Amino acid sequence: MTTTGSDLVLQSPPFDSARLTTPKLMQEVTLATVPVLLAAVWFFGITALFIVAAACAGAMGAEWLFGQRTATGRRGATLGDGTALLTGVLMGLTLPPTIPLWMAFVGGLVGIGIGKLVWGGLGGNIFNPALVGRAFLQAAFPTALTTWRASGGADTLFHVDKGAFAIPFASSGVDAVTTATALSRMKFDAEFLPWLDLLRGNVAGSLGETSAGILILCGIWMGVRRLYDWRVPVTILVTVAVLGQIFHFVSPEKYPDALFMLFSGGLLYGAVFMATDPATSPTAPRGALIFGAGIGVLVVLIRLFGGLPEGVMYAILLMNATTPLIERVTQPRIFGR
Amino acid sequence: MKLLTRTFPHGVHPKEHKDTAPLPIERMPFTDRYVLPLAQHIGAPSKGIVKVGQHVERGEKIAEPGGFVSVALHSPVTGTVRSLDPKRHPNGSLVPAIEIEIDRYAGQETPRGTPADPQAGSIDDFVARIQQMGLVGLGGAAFPAHVKYRIPDGAVVKELLVNGCECEPYLTCDHRVMLENAEDVVRGSVVLRDRIGAHLATIGVERNKLDAVAALQEAAKGDDRVRVVPLEVKYPQGAEKMLVKAVLGVEVPAGKLPLEVGVLVNNVSTVACLADIFDRGTPLVERVVTVAGPAVRRPSNLIVPIGTPVRAVLEYCGGLTGDAREIVMGGPMMGQPLGSIDVPVIKGTSGLLAFTESKLARPAEYHCLKCGRCVEACPVFLNPSRLARLAKVGKYEDMERFQVMDCMECGSCSYACPSNIPIVQLIRVSKSWVRERQRDAKIAQAKEAAEQAAKPAADGPGDASAKDGKETNR
Repeated sequence: MTTTGSDLVLQSPPFDSARLTTPKLMQEVTLATVPVLLAAVWFFGITALFIVAAACAGAMGAEWLFGQRTATGRRGATLGDGTALLTGVLMGLTLPPTIPLWMAFVGGLVGIGIGKLVWGGLGGNIFNPALVGRAFLQAAFPTALTTWRASGGADTLFHVDKGAFAIPFASSGVDAVTTATALSRMKFDAEFLPWLDLLRGNVAGSLGETSAGILILCGIWMGVRRLYDWRVPVTILVTVAVLGQIFHFVSPEKYPDALFMLFSGGLLYGAVFMATDPATSPTAPRGALIFGAGIGVLVVLIRLFGGLPEGVMYAILLMNATTPLIERVTQPRIFGR
Repeated sequence: MKLLTRTFPHGVHPKEHKDTAPLPIERMPFTDRYVLPLAQHIGAPSKGIVKVGQHVERGEKIAEPGGFVSVALHSPVTGTVRSLDPKRHPNGSLVPAIEIEIDRYAGQETPRGTPADPQAGSIDDFVARIQQMGLVGLGGAAFPAHVKYRIPDGAVVKELLVNGCECEPYLTCDHRVMLENAEDVVRGSVVLRDRIGAHLATIGVERNKLDAVAALQEAAKGDDRVRVVPLEVKYPQGAEKMLVKAVLGVEVPAGKLPLEVGVLVNNVSTVACLADIFDRGTPLVERVVTVAGPAVRRPSNLIVPIGTPVRAVLEYCGGLTGDAREIVMGGPMMGQPLGSIDVPVIKGTSGLLAFTESKLARPAEYHCLKCGRCVEACPVFLNPSRLARLAKVGKYEDMERFQVMDCMECGSCSYACPSNIPIVQLIRVSKSWVRERQRDAKIAQAKEAAEQAAKPAADGPGDASAKDGKETNR
């Protein structure tokens, strides 16, 4: 026998752990965004890829510059967990296709810097970092963030927007023919796009939000892989559908039906990729239901009665703020108590 | 039959690794020396009654119970007492022990005493015989069995739950016992059921042991007050309260025993020993141990005499591979890591597992994502993520408020955590802190009461609390 007993190590049980690790989890979610990214390239051309890449560069740059260092003092200790990359991708996909790249970069920088690191890094933040980045951009550059253009297809796949390379603060950049999103047309023109177009995604909108069909498939995939708490997206969608349909019954000319509500704007994207961020949503099952229902109600209220055509981002950010409170009141009953 | 198999909510499903399940139990050959710590069970240590140089027979009593919550101890072999010096216990501490050198020329037959009718005599006779036969819970905790059987006056046991879950990965000793000694398991269950006045004896077995279910059902044919219930495979189903929840759907109140809901829970191997004790008059001198893990050359299920050095057991199993780094006594989820292999197999040893470095290397720890996987794993419905966060900053009072003391340290949280946070380890440390603080508070309270009582003018609780104070001060 080789072991004398002197080369034994003493560790504390358990001596086994689940295969899933945090970096793998992040990789899988990032992987789930790939179909969305490909759809964005299809509908808005190769520029979409540049925008997402710029956002990732900003996010990872911030993580490298301000994030935790390794034990030996090297920068970027936390880049390996893959969360900065994921935040960059998720934020990039919320941006309009006409945005200059430098803005996307700034969005990523702010998302990670102010959205995550100032809170102590991964898991410490209250607000979804990707949405913090986007909210910052929306406040700082409202025009760039609300300028849309029609989706293209095969013929415009390799057409690069000149505006993408606009010099910071020098030019407005947009050179494309602009158009309105489905929700602005609903809100300001009382015109409802057919839901089949929304399902396919060949409509105006942010990069990742237009194809409802692909988002639904990605959401199902992530649910099957148990990458998120399915309760959150399901309650959001159910709440929006039910509330939307009720308003539609009351006044069909003024308010769209449930399908339009579900498939338009950033709802599916937000429900699948944003609201499900584990750090900023409740862990308790009942909490997840309250959180999801809250987002659903806010989305409907903002869309139908607010000044903005779309409210998914603010709905999620507002409910993020209530998460600690929801957590507090929804802890499950302890066994035998 | 129900469509869904019964189980408890939450919990985890680690890879089972029950590769030793098809291996029949074999008897390990005797070795030279046996070490029997006097404290092998929960409660007061046994009191030695032999002298150095004394000849002892296999099965002869060598130590008396040290109190009610204590059991007798018997020599596992015929031989000579060589030393009464303290020896290393598997938990690392030096404890009083009896060392016996084997008589190479003795027959070493399994001892047979006088059989007794378990139903004859009073419950106290029944309890005393079991205590004298040295029986403790063989599932791992090693709580003296007779203490459980002495149902307090006024309490009613409706059902006996026999625990055949063996939910820890790797371990297969209970599985083999159920398969090979099904008659003993059923016989023991019936004896205990009738003696404690329970109406029903239910044997709960996880579905990865359906052959054991069949064997038990066969053995229980004709007695419709013994039922065998297959359960979903999930950890920690073998925990008493989880088993009660799984089989009966009832929650045992926090801080209370299953008796509170009219249930007595006992492990299958323990129950099987009752047949030995009453039908054959054999005391507890050996037990079945699973030897397994990636670093063991010849994994097996062995009958090992209590007191056999772990080294001898591992040698019999072909030794360890060169990269063995961790030896665990018990299961991988809650077992006791050994600092040395020169410690004995004791009554509570269900398994000896050897792991290599690669299996152990904990990947880097990441920040808590608050993903809730530990919350979904915790069978007690605590919030391990929050408890771990509080433990890291030393907020033990807050942890106490969040009922950290209800944690049974099953390790499901650490198992489930994708960020590799050692959650249960953090909780374990915090619990000992809380326990110490609670003890200090009790002492301070008692002291104060004693001072109050000492004042001649004070009319307080006086005597009782003063005595309390003295006891806790010990």
